[in-house]
Amino acid sequence: MSPIARPISPHLEIYRWRVNMWQSVLHRLTGLFLCLGALLLAWGLIAVATGADAWGNFSAFCASGLGFVLLIGWSWALLFHLCNGIQHLFRDTGMGYDAAQRDHSHTPSYFATGWIVIAASVVLTALVWIALFAHASGGAA
Amino acid sequence: MNVRVGTDDVRGQLRNPMKYARGLGSAQSGVRHWWLQRLTAVALAPLSLWFLWLCAGLVHADYAAVRAAIAEPVHAVLLVALVVSLFWHGALGLQVVIEDYVHTRWQEITLQILVRFGAFLAAVACLFAIARIALP
Repeated sequence: MSPIARPISPHLEIYRWRVNMWQSVLHRLTGLFLCLGALLLAWGLIAVATGADAWGNFSAFCASGLGFVLLIGWSWALLFHLCNGIQHLFRDTGMGYDAAQRDHSHTPSYFATGWIVIAASVVLTALVWIALFAHASGGAA
Repeated sequence: MNVRVGTDDVRGQLRNPMKYARGLGSAQSGVRHWWLQRLTAVALAPLSLWFLWLCAGLVHADYAAVRAAIAEPVHAVLLVALVVSLFWHGALGLQVVIEDYVHTRWQEITLQILVRFGAFLAAVACLFAIARIALP
């Protein structure tokens, strides 16, 4: 069964990009990416339950170049999805949603919180990895 | 079309009032999906931060230390809570993505089944692994 070719309204391309659109897109993309991360969690737990050899394979993957890049990606994806999700939960209560707060010429808190969410996710990710490296070098010295 | 009986607009009463009382809507599921997504999100907010902290502490640990950390009762219980809410939340999210972007019916149904089964299997495998690690 093929989809019916109905006339459709103009899509995203007619709108000016604003931070809430980036948040929406990023929330969905990080959510998809985190579903893959959930499978990594499953792999890790199964590896620990299986034995030292299986754990060795898992930790070798995490320590590899690809694993390192993916772990940085997953940590940021988790923290962005978390920060943006918390904003979602507050907005579910109706907070920050009225017209005045969406009007850029008055109090643009609707957009400001969006930038805060993105900045917070990046800063928190950086802090996590800086703390990890500081701990690693401190532990080795 | 002007359909009035007395002062009431009958068009507003063509639906059985029970429909509004139950609040289930046209899909007969009401706000169940929305609510479960929020419920699992609220659970995941502290659990994922705790999980990040747990992982950070185990970055350079050897196999025995990792196994011992997961076997700790508090960690095992929180991991079970994390796994259940994580795969549930993920399945709910993937369901919406498929609903939004896959418009060929047989592909949509196939993907929805695969997501549900995959999330369930992965969650059960995680729980089984935690049980194997934590139980004597």
